[in-house]
Amino acid sequence: MTDMASQIQKPREPLSIGRGITWLRKNLFSSWFNTALTLLSLYVIWLVVPPLIDFAIIDAVWTGASREACLGPDAGACWPFVWANIDQFLYGRYPSSEVWRVYVVFALGAIGLVPALIPAAPAKRFNLIFLLVAYPVIAVTLLAGGRPGLPAVDTSYWGGLLVTLVVAVTGIVISLPLGIVLALGRRSSMPAIRLVSIVFIEFWRGVPLVTVLFMASVMLPLFLPEGVSLDNLLRCLVGVALFASAYMAEVVRGGLQAIPRGQYEAARAGGLSYWQAMGLVVLPQALRHVIPGIVNTFIGLFKDTTLVLIVGIFDLLGQVRSQLSDPNWSVPQGAITGYLFAALVFWVFCFGMARYSAYMERRLNAGSRR
Amino acid sequence: MSDTAVPPKMKVSDKAIIEISHLDKWFDDFHVLKDINLTVNEGERIVIAGPSGSGKSTLIRCINHLETHDAGSIVVDGIELSDDLKKIDSVRREVGMVFQQFNLFPHMTVLENCTLAPVWVRKMPEHEARDLAMKYLERVQIPEQAHKYPGQLSGGQQQRVAIARALCMNPRVMLFDEPTSALDPEMIKEVLDVMVELAKEGMTMLCVTHEMGFAREVANRVVFMDGGEIVETADPETFFNHPKNERTKTFLSQILAH
Repeated sequence: MTDMASQIQKPREPLSIGRGITWLRKNLFSSWFNTALTLLSLYVIWLVVPPLIDFAIIDAVWTGASREACLGPDAGACWPFVWANIDQFLYGRYPSSEVWRVYVVFALGAIGLVPALIPAAPAKRFNLIFLLVAYPVIAVTLLAGGRPGLPAVDTSYWGGLLVTLVVAVTGIVISLPLGIVLALGRRSSMPAIRLVSIVFIEFWRGVPLVTVLFMASVMLPLFLPEGVSLDNLLRCLVGVALFASAYMAEVVRGGLQAIPRGQYEAARAGGLSYWQAMGLVVLPQALRHVIPGIVNTFIGLFKDTTLVLIVGIFDLLGQVRSQLSDPNWSVPQGAITGYLFAALVFWVFCFGMARYSAYMERRLNAGSRR
Repeated sequence: MSDTAVPPKMKVSDKAIIEISHLDKWFDDFHVLKDINLTVNEGERIVIAGPSGSGKSTLIRCINHLETHDAGSIVVDGIELSDDLKKIDSVRREVGMVFQQFNLFPHMTVLENCTLAPVWVRKMPEHEARDLAMKYLERVQIPEQAHKYPGQLSGGQQQRVAIARALCMNPRVMLFDEPTSALDPEMIKEVLDVMVELAKEGMTMLCVTHEMGFAREVANRVVFMDGGEIVETADPETFFNHPKNERTKTFLSQILAH
């Protein structure tokens, strides 16, 4: 009956100027304090937004072949600097004859990901198998090469957005399942498993990511037997993935704790095994509770990938920084332009994840009303 | 209730289905079950009564190993419960359980709640499980709610779904852990009615409950527990009218006083 009531919507008032003024009065000028806050906010917006628009759009230089184009007295952002270096920003020093492989990997990723994210898209199972099993193999084969017809491209040539995405996607894809296993382990009734999980989680949570990356890149080779060498990027991938797993484990554990014990007991009493009870009854509910936390961790991880710069791997931000020293484009506003571009790209990805998470939450809540 | 009033199906066989002997259990230092001996024959309807904290729930939760016991033995349908996971799972397949808090899965529809275990545990084909679930939902008189989520149902409806869910595994024994204690008074009857029907069809039942009317009508034995011990076991007529033990008398005077 409550469902029926919520479906009947209040009739909307027609749009009018009078209604707009009422809205303003009610929401922005309801008391002297709110009026002061409104005016202060308007002042701050006026301070920040117009100069930013001036710099990035109105006064910006949009075309040009060299730094001379950007040297005008009032010139804003030097966008030709970004256009000229867009290849480096996208894939670093990847050999230009092999760049098609990067584009194929990007395109396949988009083809696999987009329908997977749309709940109504058909063939979900096939789609997910492609995305989680076939795609990683195809991507690694294409990007690293070393097969007939595909010359090997050492990871030291990889860079830009390519590296950012490789690190972030690997971290995301590994940290969620590993985090779930660790969270279950930490709540296990078996002391040995519990101890291992706690030690793992607390170790990785207690160390700064910068330290992890340094250890992976500088210390680890010292411990490896002679002749065995691990790729620098691969070592960082492992470090980032394990680091993110520890955070993910704690987020998932929070969700597990919100599920009453009776749910697990009812599942077990029905004859389901531990893994069936967890996978079919407890985790679907627990993960639903912590979608915001999970996506929060994903977003944090996505931005933390910029730290690989300190071990000599050039992600998007690192690549932008390195192109700043290009004498052909040395202009005063070059750095701001470059960082603005990097910020915009990161923002697009992170905002996309945030919106998708909000959409998923709404959708799942509509499914099971308590 | 005289013996002749019992419908033919409610006859108790002499074949034991649950044999509990010298069962002991501790929660840390608290001796929650003390030397419990109880044999349940096929077709028996046993009501376990007693004050709260007397170990009633713990006892029936031991029967499907939701609680572990520390000493003694429990044999269900010839299988002795130990730490052997295979044995525990095969016992759980034969024993259905209904909880005080219903414990329906809120992210699944009523129908999905009912088909989950048959499909995953009995490996039953999806359509077959659905037919079976509908059959039992009709039996508990809520087939029209099959596609709703538990949160959209009343407490009484939820508990009836929980009974149907347990029945879908075709259990040989049903355990009820205070099935009506969390219900509003006006919903207790609809759940008890379903349980009475079930008893009439010959289901072996162990029921922890404070519903003494149900005990009088349905039970063939009432087990009274207090302080972790079985104090008295008797048929309902003797139990309610001629209790022997002092503790039973006190308990009965307390709950039947009003």
